[in-house]
Amino acid sequence: MMINKSIKTSGGDTACYILELQKISKSFGLVEANKNIDLQIEAGTIHGIIGENGAGKSTLMNILYGLHRANSGEMLVNGARVKIKSSADALSLGIGMVHQHFMLIPRFTVLENVMLGSEGGALLSKGRISTANKLKELGQTFDMEVDPYVLVSDLNVGMRQRVEILKALKGGAKILILDEPTGVLTPQEATQLFEILDKLRENGVTVLLITHKLAEIMAITDNVSIMRGGEMVGHRKTSDTNPQELAELMVGRKVLLNVEKPKAKPKEIALNVRNLGCYSSRGHKVLDNLTFQVKSGEILGVAGVSGNGQTPLMEILAGMRKPDEGYFEILGKKIDHETKVSPFTMRENAIGHIPEDRHKHGLILGFEAYENMVLGFHNTEMTGEKKLLDKNHMLKHTADRMDEYDIRPRNPKLLASSFSGGNQQKIVVARELYKNPKLLIVGEPTRGVDVGAIEFIHKQLIQLRDQGCAIILISVELDEIMGLSDRILVMNKGQEVSTVNGDDANPKDLGLMMAGISEEASN
Amino acid sequence: MIDFFYQTLWALDATLRVATPLMLCAMAGIFSERSGIVDISLEGKLLSGAFVAATIASLTGSVWLGLIGAISASVLMSLLHGFACITHRGDQVVSGVAINFLASGLTVILGIAIFKRGGQTPTLSSGERFRPIELWFVDALDNVPVIGAIYRELISGHSLLVYVALLCVPIASFILYKSRFGLRLRAVGESPIAVDSAGVSVTWLRYRALIVGGVFCGIAGAYLSISHGANFVREMSAGKGYIALAAVIFGNWRPIRAFWACLMFGFLDAITSRLQDIDLPLIGEVPAQLMSALPYIMTIILLSGFIGRPSPPSAIGVPYKK
Amino acid sequence: MSVMKPLPRWADLILLPFINLCTAFFVCGIVVYIIGENPWEALLVMLKGAFIYPGSLGYTLYYTTNFIFTGLAVATAFHAKLFNIGGEGQAYVGSLGILLATALFAPFLPAVFVVLLCIICSAMVGAAWAFIPGYLQAKRGSHVVITTIMFNFLASSLMVYLLAGPLIQLGQQSPQSDLIPESAQLASFETFLGLFGVDIASSPLNLSFVLALLALFVFWVLIWKTRLGYEIRAVGKNQDAANYAGINVPKIIIITMTISGAFAGLLAVNEVMGVQHRAILNFTAGYGFTGIAVALMGRNHPVGIFFASLLFGALFQGGAELDFEFQSITRDMVLLIQGMIILFSGALAYMFNPALSKVFSRITKNGANDD
Repeated sequence: MMINKSIKTSGGDTACYILELQKISKSFGLVEANKNIDLQIEAGTIHGIIGENGAGKSTLMNILYGLHRANSGEMLVNGARVKIKSSADALSLGIGMVHQHFMLIPRFTVLENVMLGSEGGALLSKGRISTANKLKELGQTFDMEVDPYVLVSDLNVGMRQRVEILKALKGGAKILILDEPTGVLTPQEATQLFEILDKLRENGVTVLLITHKLAEIMAITDNVSIMRGGEMVGHRKTSDTNPQELAELMVGRKVLLNVEKPKAKPKEIALNVRNLGCYSSRGHKVLDNLTFQVKSGEILGVAGVSGNGQTPLMEILAGMRKPDEGYFEILGKKIDHETKVSPFTMRENAIGHIPEDRHKHGLILGFEAYENMVLGFHNTEMTGEKKLLDKNHMLKHTADRMDEYDIRPRNPKLLASSFSGGNQQKIVVARELYKNPKLLIVGEPTRGVDVGAIEFIHKQLIQLRDQGCAIILISVELDEIMGLSDRILVMNKGQEVSTVNGDDANPKDLGLMMAGISEEASN
Repeated sequence: MIDFFYQTLWALDATLRVATPLMLCAMAGIFSERSGIVDISLEGKLLSGAFVAATIASLTGSVWLGLIGAISASVLMSLLHGFACITHRGDQVVSGVAINFLASGLTVILGIAIFKRGGQTPTLSSGERFRPIELWFVDALDNVPVIGAIYRELISGHSLLVYVALLCVPIASFILYKSRFGLRLRAVGESPIAVDSAGVSVTWLRYRALIVGGVFCGIAGAYLSISHGANFVREMSAGKGYIALAAVIFGNWRPIRAFWACLMFGFLDAITSRLQDIDLPLIGEVPAQLMSALPYIMTIILLSGFIGRPSPPSAIGVPYKK
Repeated sequence: MSVMKPLPRWADLILLPFINLCTAFFVCGIVVYIIGENPWEALLVMLKGAFIYPGSLGYTLYYTTNFIFTGLAVATAFHAKLFNIGGEGQAYVGSLGILLATALFAPFLPAVFVVLLCIICSAMVGAAWAFIPGYLQAKRGSHVVITTIMFNFLASSLMVYLLAGPLIQLGQQSPQSDLIPESAQLASFETFLGLFGVDIASSPLNLSFVLALLALFVFWVLIWKTRLGYEIRAVGKNQDAANYAGINVPKIIIITMTISGAFAGLLAVNEVMGVQHRAILNFTAGYGFTGIAVALMGRNHPVGIFFASLLFGALFQGGAELDFEFQSITRDMVLLIQGMIILFSGALAYMFNPALSKVFSRITKNGANDD
């Protein structure tokens, strides 16, 4: 492994580091999430940790914050050896964390959330006032004021994140870990967040920024450490490196995405979406007057910050949800609010659906591989021609797919949970492509998937396109969208911002559009 | 008119007596469920509390030892519940069912082994029971019309445990909404991981919630066998734990509202015996079975969301795994 | 946390449940010892009472019949991750189906059809009683655990009202219905085998036992061989994925609860048509709740459920013997044993898992010496 120490460890002088990790290892079951991790953080800096999904960044931070226990290794805070067995230990050492999924209680007020864990006495009355004052003070210092008496459920995502940061600071955090903080933010909200981080640094707070986005690392960090496959593969001073080098380190080879893609030859319209709209259960409009078309033999990428309507769009097209307004036509069949649809009838209409979250939707982890290979097709001849389920038929079918897609281990009777992420995803892909769909809906096809499988899956998608399938690709990874799509539709707040040609797209413009600023307006 | 007045007073008086164990169990249920642990073992805790209270009171002659015994037994059951579904992350409903079975079996087996009376305990003398307490100024207020009668018949003359139960409701509410423990308890029922990441032990917090619940159920059990009744009879809890659970749901997991639900269910119970064989205008004779089924019917209707939506704690029933 | 390897399949399916069961009995033994009796003797008395004494096997299998039905009821719901605590109430009202069917069909149909219709009606009424909680869970989001508990109480109130009122046998004081016509009565094994010249001791065991065995087979086919069973298990394992797959989750929840209630309702066939020949107060006697222990112990599999039912049948029958042989232990012991089994086979089912997996990993390490 190429471990390049641009941050020098000068002999025994570790005191200049506010935080140091030595040879941290952690495994879950048979999966090694962290292998011999070394890391040094200088006080008062913003230190980035970058790596792909599944590189082990979150695990490392959870160990640091006491949510997981390392199997081996040492941690030093201000040069002193420490044991962090729980978040209480971490907090008392001045380590605070803003989690990827916020640790806030929606039914509580901001104040109650911030107080939790440090109430200042057995009764709440006293702590209430002092916490409110402290919140006000912190809010003014760092330019992020929040009304302490509103319910968290009434706040938007950006505000919730501020509450999380305030909570950590109020607990006296000197080291603040932010786990993928911009994943849920628009680029503009992200900019505001970075301004806050800048202020924190000015005030002597050390920030650990966990991300998989190169631009963020380049924009704000002082130093950066790169993780890949559970290992630390390099440390750099941000000013001494460049995105290309970081990308190489992250992926372990020259180019991030190299999909050989012949020019698309679009044919007839396979999917025609007209004025589609729908509301969330709480009555918010999550899809708004969406109109677009996808032709056979082309890939339409849908870009957007997650939570801007992509999920309901997929669910409607896959028949899991009804549109409230408008309609869409699939291969000439019109579907609107009145139409009786289910994912099952959609599959009969030759639609394949690779869902965003394979653990939640795509697979039943407690089922064996052969049972998963027919999920959604269990009422077709895939489970045999007889009245009862034909197990031998299913086993054979699964074994054949396993050969075709190189799914390992090749054991149809293994529980789905026993396969690696990449192989699990291949099971889903194999199942959804088997019937040669005319329209394929793909969400986050390579999330948490190893590099080899990513390449394989991308090739499959291109191949399918060239066979004349219409593909809608939804991904929060701009690189993936730009690498695969022939056209790119950008969504914001459930609306189409703009549609651009895949070849003309660049990350900067897409980022602006994702924030809701259309091309015409920005020109 | 005067007859109706006294009838009403007596009905309300009976309501209070019937509602006492319900209130205590409901508070127990609220503490447990607000911490995220389904508690259908209220029934079993109530039963074992009743048994131990009567047994110890009968053996030692002391009501206080009886009460302490009842609380200990009930807390022990709570700890078992915690061991199964907090420590070992077992299914909370299954564990609750098991505890109810254990209570049914153990109370009778031990009762027979100790007293050889087919599962009953000997009848307690008045010194071995909580007696009615005459409050101050009863006689002085006697001459005041209406208020005097209300004071004497309804407010005064209950056993200590009835007043304890009435006090438990505001105390429970105070703890839940005004104390650090209460804040954390409500939080852990909503999002245990948030509590964990705030540096508070989820396990210990939930155990404490169950222990508090055990104390409440123990008092309720003692009330059944050494205050309201004068001995332990097999299965004497007779579904009160489940009614209390219904009251918890009815009260939307809030102490004061659950208190009113308990009073309502207690009132239904109290008037059932009075309505028997009486033809009501328009309705005719109401079968007693319909009256006793009313709390369940009302709870089912409420749960069906036809009158407002109940909002249970978000993380209820889900074992917490780091 | 250390690395925990999963147990070998046989250990997970057989060894672990066996250890749990032994622990449950061991703890019960301690209780027996504490109250001053010899646990070993108590066990022998129960075994003798369950299998050796004349007629005892018949009684044991009669109880077994009940437990198969209620165990299947709980297990069916478990496969969809639903907890049907309402088997007791569903079985109780199942008797109404029989009474209704006899009243409607007995006067003019031959016995075979009457019996068949009675069986169908008892299942249907039990199913209807479980349908409502199922519907409320699926469509209104009210939790099936709570509603089925409530429905037990409702069933109890309803039956007291009916048996003490409209359905009471004329001239009777105790709440019980009229005898059902002979055409609807099921032959006991004694009578049935007598037809073939086989002489066995008298017991309440009747042809419902055969129905129970049939039910076990139907259950097996339903859960593992049909597409409906696949959908039920899919809903139980992952509702979101089931929904993604086009399975109508609310519909499956309702169907599963209905089937579950139907199994429970069949208990009335054994009690009303086979033994009492009328509906009496509290004839369900807690069998519905025991079904929970049976399903947990039997791991929701027909073979397991059969043996668990047999065990509980033996416990109930043998437990009755305790009353005669011992001063201070009675059949209430069975309640305790049930509680312990539910505790150790259910709530604490995986308590010994870490220890056991440590043992296994040590064995494999010594054997193969791989790291």
